[in-house]
Amino acid sequence: MEKADYDLVIIGGGPAGLTAGLYAARARMKVILLEMITPGGQILVTDWIENYPGFPEGISGAELVQRMTDQTKRFELPIESTEVSSLDFSKPVKQINLSDGGKLLTHTIIIATGASPKKLGVPGEEKFSGRGVSFCGTCDGPFFKDRVIAAVGGGDTAVQESQFLTKFARKVYLIHRRDELRAEKILQERAFANEKIELVWDSVVTEIDGLTNVEKVTVKNVKTNETKNLAVDGCFIWIGTHPNADFLGDEIQQETNGFIITDTNMTTSVSGVFAAGDIRDTPIRQIATAVGDAVIAVASAENYLESL
Amino acid sequence: MAEGILEIDDNTFETEVLNSEKPVLVDFWAPWCGPCRAIAPLLEDLAGTMGDKIKFVKCNVDENPVTPGKYEIRSIPTLILFKDSKVFEQIVGMVSKAKLEETINKMF
Repeated sequence: MEKADYDLVIIGGGPAGLTAGLYAARARMKVILLEMITPGGQILVTDWIENYPGFPEGISGAELVQRMTDQTKRFELPIESTEVSSLDFSKPVKQINLSDGGKLLTHTIIIATGASPKKLGVPGEEKFSGRGVSFCGTCDGPFFKDRVIAAVGGGDTAVQESQFLTKFARKVYLIHRRDELRAEKILQERAFANEKIELVWDSVVTEIDGLTNVEKVTVKNVKTNETKNLAVDGCFIWIGTHPNADFLGDEIQQETNGFIITDTNMTTSVSGVFAAGDIRDTPIRQIATAVGDAVIAVASAENYLESL
Repeated sequence: MAEGILEIDDNTFETEVLNSEKPVLVDFWAPWCGPCRAIAPLLEDLAGTMGDKIKFVKCNVDENPVTPGKYEIRSIPTLILFKDSKVFEQIVGMVSKAKLEETINKMF
């Protein structure tokens, strides 16, 4: 076997990356986890998690991250705060190039860099970012006490976080482009029963405007083409995610939307390189599925190492 | 840690930030905010390595509504870099250590 610094390098420290790290550390692999900012990923901004088994009362995203991280520490997983700039697969031993100029050589890689909230791409969105436009209900909800908020989306995140926002806001318009929600039924039931939530069906936000802060959103009904303005103090956007895949080269096959294609063993188009969690092309993006992906990816990495 | 991070409030903001001789990084945070807690260790690290050049302070927006209101903060974490009493740069949301170092170094 040729020389490498590591058996396995895990890129990304969300639930998938931390789980891969836990399993790899327990398998006594020579492993390191690289995280660009700090462990957690998207669950850091999740108010309350009720569908991850083992927590009958639910658990906050921040606390779940803390627990997952503590668990990896118990098995001495090294976690390094660094950014990956590119991957080099020209030799059998893979090279990871870091933004600070460093290089790591490894036999296998698990890519678990996850996804980030998608933007609307409408006028005003950038300008009012941090001035009423937000992607994090738990962070910014309390700034909107007794105010009116527009929330955009129809999936689990949009519906659950809208519900959370009604703890503070006087009213939440939940704007969705279709005539039904995609969110879990139990979340839908709560939203429909909440007097502070008004559904705006078949509609898209076309503009966010105001002076220094958000004051209104323009909403277009996609069926009638009618537009109207809603007077709001904030606009929270939860319309899905896009993959954190900027550092990937051409060799790793991706869907047209950028998510990584794998087989059922989490193997990508490059042998010895695996993907797990939200970065993967998968019908469901949940903590539970990310964790499952990661366990399979580590087992596949071990199999690959044995074959060398 | 060379300097550490000083906790400031609405009353001490002017003295500690606006009247500071050194540039200041203010971390606007709240206990309810997961990403704020997540970047706290990173700021501690930077306070250790860059504390001689720049002062690191934090302001709990839950207890101090006036200062965040003045700077129209609607999103946290928000980091504001002050130089000569003026806002040099405002960073909204989570940020990597490398990116933050780069931004801080632009001031010198």
